[in-house]
Amino acid sequence: MKFRARVLVSLKEGVLDTQGKAVLVSLKNLGFDVVDEVRIGKSIEIVLSADSMAEAEQKVESMCEALLVNPLIETGRTSLEAIG
Amino acid sequence: MNASVVVFPGSNCDRDVLHALGKIAGIPAAPVWHKDSVLPEGTDLVVLPGGFSYGDYLRCGAMAARSPIIRAVREHAPRGGLVLGICNGFQVLTEAGLLPGALLANSNLEFICSPCLLRVERSDTPFTNAYPEGALVQFPIAHHEGLYFLPKEELEKLEDNRQVVFRYAAANGEAGAAYSPNGSLNGIAGIVNLRGNVLGLMPHPERASEKLLGGTDGLGMWNSIKSWLEGGAR
Repeated sequence: MKFRARVLVSLKEGVLDTQGKAVLVSLKNLGFDVVDEVRIGKSIEIVLSADSMAEAEQKVESMCEALLVNPLIETGRTSLEAIG
Repeated sequence: MNASVVVFPGSNCDRDVLHALGKIAGIPAAPVWHKDSVLPEGTDLVVLPGGFSYGDYLRCGAMAARSPIIRAVREHAPRGGLVLGICNGFQVLTEAGLLPGALLANSNLEFICSPCLLRVERSDTPFTNAYPEGALVQFPIAHHEGLYFLPKEELEKLEDNRQVVFRYAAANGEAGAAYSPNGSLNGIAGIVNLRGNVLGLMPHPERASEKLLGGTDGLGMWNSIKSWLEGGAR
C-alpha cells in the first residue's frame, strides 16, 4: 500500500525563530496590527510504501528520528493518509 | 602526523584549510571525499571545513552529519583522534551529536562577514595550547547560522564543564553575550567535547593564518595541534 505522510516541523517554544520575527515585522509594516506572533516551520511530504497504516507511521517516526527533526530545537507532527 | 580535510558537496573552505595546514603550518594534509567510509590510514586530525554542505538543505549540516565519512569520524573521535569543525563543520558536529547544541540563524537576520575578537577561554586543549589563557585573538566570521543554542540547564552544564573554548569579546578583554555579533548564547564562539579532542567553532582560523589575509592569530591553532601531536603539549 501507498501512503502520503505530512510531517510538520516546528521550532520548539523558546527557540528564537528569526524568520518568524522578520515576517512579523513585515506584516506589521503592511498594517496588520492584529498580529502578535509569527512562527515558521516546514512541511515535509513523503510518499512511502508500507503494509499497514501502523507500519507507515512507525517508518515515518524513524525518519523523523534519523534525520527530519532535530529534537533539541524542533518538534515534528505527522499526519498520514492512504493513497492506494 | 597527518590531517584529513573532509570535502562535502558545497564545502568551500576545504582548500583554505589544506593550504593553512600543509603550506603554512607544515602539517601534511589531504582531502577526503564525503562518500569515503574510512579515513586515510594514519589520520591524526580530521577537519570539517566551512561552506554550505548539501546546500544547507533541511538544516545546516544535517545531511553532511549522516554521510559515510562521518561514520568514520565517529570511530576516530572515541579513539582520541582530533576533530576540528570550522563554521559549517561546527554545524555538522552538532548535527552528528559529536558536540552538544545547535546553531540557529543569527539574531539580526543577516549574514555576517566580519573580523571578530575572541577570548581564548582554555589553553589546555589540543587546539589552543599555544595561546595563553584569556588571550584575545582575531578571526573572521562568515555565517548566517551562528547563534549557538542550548537549553538553559544544559548550557549551565556546558559552562560548568569548561567546554567553552572561544567567546566573542571586546578589545578590553570582556567577553560574553553582549559581544556576540550573532546573538550566540553566553557569547559562545567555540566549544569542545568533554574529552577535549573535538572542537567546533564558527570563526575561521584558516583565514587568519597569513599576513596577506590581514592577520596571523589563527597560526596558534595549527601550532597547538602540531605540538600536541608531536607529544610536546600532552
